[in-house]
Amino acid sequence: MTESDGSTQPMTTTRAPTREAGDAAVLLLGITKAFPGVVANDDITLALLRGEVHCLLGENGAGKSTLMNVLSGMLRPDAGRIVVDGREVEIDSPRRALELGIGMVYQHSTLIPTLTVLENLMLGAGGGLRLDVRGARARLAELAGTLGVEIDPDAVTGTLALGQQQQVEIVKALWRGSSVLILDEPTSMLTPQGVAELAKVLGGLKQHGLAVAFITHKLHEAAEMGDRVSILKQGRLVGELGPDDLRGRSHEQLQAEIVRLMFGEEAKEVADVAELEERVEGHEPRRGRGEAPLLELIHVSAAGDRGQVGIHDISLSLLPGEIMGIAGVDGNGQRELAEAIGGQRPLTAGEVRFEGRTISTLGVSRRERLGLRYVTDDRLGEGTVGSMSVALNLVLKRIGEPPFWRRGVTQRRSIEATARELVERFDVRTPGVDARVATLSGGNIQKVMLARELAFEPRAVIYSKPTYGLDVRTIKAVRARIREQAEQGVSAIVISTDLEELVDLCDRIAVLSRGRLAGVVESGPGVAQRVGELMVGQAA
Amino acid sequence: MSKVLTETFLTALVAGGLLAGVPLLLAALGESISERAGVLNIGLEGMMLLGGYVGFSGALYSGFTWVGFAAGIGAGMFVAVFMAVLCVRLGLDQIVVGIALTLAAEGLTSLLHGAILTERPRLGAVELVTIPGLSGIPVLGRSVFSQHLVVYLTLGLVIFTWWLFRSTNAGLNLRAAGDKPSALDAAGVSVVATRTWAVLATGALGGLGGAYLAIVGAGTFEPFMTNGAGFIAIVIAMLARARPFWVVVGALLIGMSLQLQTALQVASIDVPIDVVNMLPFLAVIVVLLLFGRRAYLPAALGLPYVRGSR
Repeated sequence: MTESDGSTQPMTTTRAPTREAGDAAVLLLGITKAFPGVVANDDITLALLRGEVHCLLGENGAGKSTLMNVLSGMLRPDAGRIVVDGREVEIDSPRRALELGIGMVYQHSTLIPTLTVLENLMLGAGGGLRLDVRGARARLAELAGTLGVEIDPDAVTGTLALGQQQQVEIVKALWRGSSVLILDEPTSMLTPQGVAELAKVLGGLKQHGLAVAFITHKLHEAAEMGDRVSILKQGRLVGELGPDDLRGRSHEQLQAEIVRLMFGEEAKEVADVAELEERVEGHEPRRGRGEAPLLELIHVSAAGDRGQVGIHDISLSLLPGEIMGIAGVDGNGQRELAEAIGGQRPLTAGEVRFEGRTISTLGVSRRERLGLRYVTDDRLGEGTVGSMSVALNLVLKRIGEPPFWRRGVTQRRSIEATARELVERFDVRTPGVDARVATLSGGNIQKVMLARELAFEPRAVIYSKPTYGLDVRTIKAVRARIREQAEQGVSAIVISTDLEELVDLCDRIAVLSRGRLAGVVESGPGVAQRVGELMVGQAA
Repeated sequence: MSKVLTETFLTALVAGGLLAGVPLLLAALGESISERAGVLNIGLEGMMLLGGYVGFSGALYSGFTWVGFAAGIGAGMFVAVFMAVLCVRLGLDQIVVGIALTLAAEGLTSLLHGAILTERPRLGAVELVTIPGLSGIPVLGRSVFSQHLVVYLTLGLVIFTWWLFRSTNAGLNLRAAGDKPSALDAAGVSVVATRTWAVLATGALGGLGGAYLAIVGAGTFEPFMTNGAGFIAIVIAMLARARPFWVVVGALLIGMSLQLQTALQVASIDVPIDVVNMLPFLAVIVVLLLFGRRAYLPAALGLPYVRGSR
């Protein structure tokens, strides 16, 4: 019905091996792309070579994704040329990119969860009206072999683990014989084991002569995965390290070099960032607070949303000032747990106690009054109202209360004074307190939420993926804030898929697997290892 | 009860159910297609109404029923073009545009009807196709197997649509456009084109349904004669989760409840007409109460697709 293009690619061959490894598969020359108010790419020139993993490294907003979206046809550049296989081309749509052999795996899944793996792969495959199911099965088996993985063609995609879904995404990107593969932040949702598996897959692709572009904001990942690393900063290419640069140096030297390229010569910050990126091996748990637990979960169960796991029989207790981590692959009940504690999800069994008293039946606002706060990871969804001002978002949970409202009338001046103070204290970078929240960057929206939740005497705070998608400086600020609060006796539950973050922050780490508690590990040497084991041990 | 369940009554009920059910079936089948593709086509009522008016006029002036049906299809697609351009291409709100189109079609047909058709003409009885052998079966014989050719064509369309959804590229594209249009776009298939075809198909089927209602069902055209059939068809498509065979079941059940009054009259049973007229709507409400929560709606239903935004 919509398939008008008759030129279908042969389904059996990969085009890559016709050329030598080391050839440029893609040349980007002087690419410039501006959005209102910001130049996302400023005259960037870059080559993707065959048989090489080329890491694009930079902070959030540095322009990595924009550059790759230009190459994959999702965006059109304002200026610059693209050369593919030695020929200058115009890429005006994702379809054109695919025809040129450029496949992209996006940061957010492009698979349709209600379709099977095979149906997802056949989407847009063309070749007449009837679906070629048999041909697709053969192609999938072939590509799975290239990747060195096994994939069930008839599984409904939404039921697969995230690592498997990503493998399907890679297969999909290569489906029509692509010789260039772009991966946008591919490790952000994976377990450490999943990352290792991905590294293996990339090795296989390199051997088959593909050119791989790997977008990341993690220094050590770029250093480990990349044959070549290009560093972007504020839309400009500020440095490139070739295979020779990478080979000759130790891990620490490399990171120092990359940090220098990323942040210039701001020495102090360099040191701070380098410290942040160091592999943490756990610290002594800050114990000795032999007081009564502040927050207790006693055999708590709650139902999940349709298609999601709920939580089953979870018992935890949190001491005052303690930081408890919740580790696990995304979608194993983390959100349900946070909502059950915060009062947004009814319990089906068990009890939540705060200072020894049950709060199971209290609503969100009553729990909020007690000092129980929830910093959601859905920053622009349930976290803030994007179309409202920073000031209003800062008092969003105090609507109707003095001094911000008196007899139902908004006290603008009082709200703005408080907002200005909070913006200052939490270092929110905003043009003013009347700016709409949606216009801020992700990191600043996170700071707005932190300011709101931490401002009015918190006792225990649940942080859901507090640093997800933020740049290194903001990550550092957020973690410092969590620690600082703990020093003051505010307990924290930190939910994160970033194991290093948990090891760095937490006194104890609980592992969730399919909605159940797989175990709790005390901080100390080897903690990452043990948590990783618990994560895979029961995560099928 | 024995007095109610006579052969005459049942024949009248089934035949009437088909007569009233076929326009619903056509429209709901069309709605399933655009619903699968993520377009909530509230303009369906308007497509049916204009299809009915133009179809009736076509049949009346040409003297050929088939010209009327073709004209009805064309008229439905004409309304669908507005829907496609405004909602699919320009990304305007589907509900607002749909309501506007329905209101516009209601106004337009009433105006034309009043201005042109001054003497309330009627079409003669249409030619029915009686299937030899099968038409001898009691009750079903004279109701199901003695129908206008369009009825058999409709059943063929149901099977075709089922096959389209299940085992074709186009069907897969439709489902993707409704569940996750960005994925379809990334796969190199135009979301706008896919949805435009879907909306046009809906217009064609809705227009045909309207034409059937006017030409075969009533033999004439009256302003507002669809009487909410387009909206009921939307409900049927939603409850059937856009699965063609369930659309058939829903359309026939509602069609029968619409025709209960005629059947009761045929069987000379006296029930207040207002009570009977409420039945189809009561049926919809009951069904919604029972199954509404399970109604499957594509994730991107009603949302315009703009590349680059999520």
